[in-house]
Amino acid sequence: MTTKPAAPAPREITTKPRLSDRIFRGTVTGVGMLSLAILTLIGLFLALRGFQTFKSEGFHFISGVKWESVTSDNGTVTNNFGVGAMLIGTVLIATVALVVGVPLSVLTALFLTFYAPERIKRFMVSVVDLMAAFPSILYGLWGFFVLMPMVQYWAGLLYEYLRWIPIFNAPQPFFERSPFVAGMVLAIMIIPIVTSVSREIFAQTPLDRIQAAYALGATKWGMIKAVVFPFGSSGVVGGAMLGLGRAFGETVAVFTVLNIVFKVNLHILYGFGGNVASMIILKWGEAVGSETKALLAAGFILFVLTLMVNMLANAIVKRTLKSGK
Amino acid sequence: MALETQVEIKPQRPWQSTPRELAPTFYLLVASVIASWAIVAVTPMKGKLAYAFLFFVFGTASLSINKGRKLGRAAAVDSIASSVAMTGAFLVFLPVASILFTTIQKGVAGLHWSLFTQTMFTASYSDPISKGGLLHALVGTLYLIFISVVVSVPMGILTALYLTEIKGPGANFIQFIVQAMSGVPSVVAGLFIFASLIVATPIKASAIAGALALSILMIPTVTRTAQEVLLLVPMDLREAGQALGATQWRTVATIVVPAARNGLITATILGVARIAGETAPLLFTIGGSDKLNWNPFKDYQGALPFYVWKGLLLGTPESIQRAWTGILVLLILVLVLFILARTLGGRKMKSK
Repeated sequence: MTTKPAAPAPREITTKPRLSDRIFRGTVTGVGMLSLAILTLIGLFLALRGFQTFKSEGFHFISGVKWESVTSDNGTVTNNFGVGAMLIGTVLIATVALVVGVPLSVLTALFLTFYAPERIKRFMVSVVDLMAAFPSILYGLWGFFVLMPMVQYWAGLLYEYLRWIPIFNAPQPFFERSPFVAGMVLAIMIIPIVTSVSREIFAQTPLDRIQAAYALGATKWGMIKAVVFPFGSSGVVGGAMLGLGRAFGETVAVFTVLNIVFKVNLHILYGFGGNVASMIILKWGEAVGSETKALLAAGFILFVLTLMVNMLANAIVKRTLKSGK
Repeated sequence: MALETQVEIKPQRPWQSTPRELAPTFYLLVASVIASWAIVAVTPMKGKLAYAFLFFVFGTASLSINKGRKLGRAAAVDSIASSVAMTGAFLVFLPVASILFTTIQKGVAGLHWSLFTQTMFTASYSDPISKGGLLHALVGTLYLIFISVVVSVPMGILTALYLTEIKGPGANFIQFIVQAMSGVPSVVAGLFIFASLIVATPIKASAIAGALALSILMIPTVTRTAQEVLLLVPMDLREAGQALGATQWRTVATIVVPAARNGLITATILGVARIAGETAPLLFTIGGSDKLNWNPFKDYQGALPFYVWKGLLLGTPESIQRAWTGILVLLILVLVLFILARTLGGRKMKSK
């Protein structure tokens, strides 16, 4: 005689997640929110530490073009901090970088998407990815010792033949360590991101439209002009803005090649300039007390600037990518 | 017998150009080389720039005219466009080649064995390169990488899981935030750690402070790559897990993550490659010691980028030689990581 084992109790049918799942979901959600927390904390701490500077300098901190802390004989410290000159420099250098870097990136992306044979394509994709992995100090070193002599020569040519355009003019033909050189180095540094975003967007071009263009007898270029550009142009603008964000925040490479002087310089070929990021590390070494706070405030400005540019760029890229699906 | 008389069919590729069709292109390019050489020799235009520019102009124009004569105006324009696109890609390739070439050429001169066994504690940066080494910097960089990995990889992967598995109400927003975070300038990450930790807490400039700054830069990279590979895991696998009665936690831990293992390792490696050479955040956070420091939680630490930075700033021939050698070591590290990520990533694609 054997006793029948008792039948297992039927499991409760429910949509309520088990404890393990609730822990899992809670942990993952919590960690997911951490990135938001970090981003908020960055803004908060920099603003907090820079608060004193914002209060004492007011709007002058953004518009002012001087950066000096003078201690007089009786010990009173007169501060005059303004990042205006450096902000103008940041925009100037980044503009040079975009003007040179974006066309090259778009051409490369076009070449990779529509022209290159498979082997060359794979090779070039690796090359572009490798560019993104190079440390910025390597670009700085190479830019200083290899690129600068060449760029100085190009600057000489521009000065000689295009001096009548105001930005190519210079008080003296002195082209070493100019914003133009820094812009060239940055142009190379933003190529990977702009290329990969453009490539991603070009690859999303609806295939039926491409084939329709070919079926109507378009050449490859005709197809690109009629289909790819109208579809992808706003996405490429987004990619260029991501590049702009990188160019705004680049520090070490600019510091290495640029002669940083606290003055507004709109002559891109002339040998001095600056950007906010590189000025922070230039002044950091000797900064004490209120100057350190002012530098943290400058960091806050840089953070807000790049964050806005990046968010806008990402929104644009995302919209374009979606429109292809 | 019938088997032996089989005829092997040669695959035909009618879309490929025959040598005869390619010949004019070749002749025209040779002619362009000769023409640009002749013009440089005769006119006051001089230098490599002139050669390159003239060759581009002649090559593009002659190929375009050749096409246009046979096939009309549209083909001529098309030919110009393809020449320009190809030139653009080549111009992007040039700096990479130049960077690799220069770094190897200048860096190798300073490589010697004691570089990896000595520190700069007793040597000065302007001493000849045979004196002193970068052991302290190498140890520092390895510490920085290790701590950053420990901090950012779990965070990055869990965030990616939130975005792909939970798809909570905030997923779109978090995605947006992660993308915004990947654009945070490295100098800001350093300033933040300084303003939050070094000023206000007992954590002073050390490897851990540096690694936390680097983690801010590494998390978005890991998250985005991990998210991409997790999206590649087929939905069927998840559904199979659920159908067998597994909870979501079991499905993710025993099916989804193992299926994406190689991709997640690639994500980690790409993250490390992103931060290994970062210099700016370290300037505020690690102190840049020249002494070997085995304790990552206390005292100033050195790092390879910092070593390069110091050598570069000093500006004597010896210190610049040090900078080149330091950057060569760093570049080798980055290249190894890059190739590792490539091979792993490639394998993942094949098994799919």
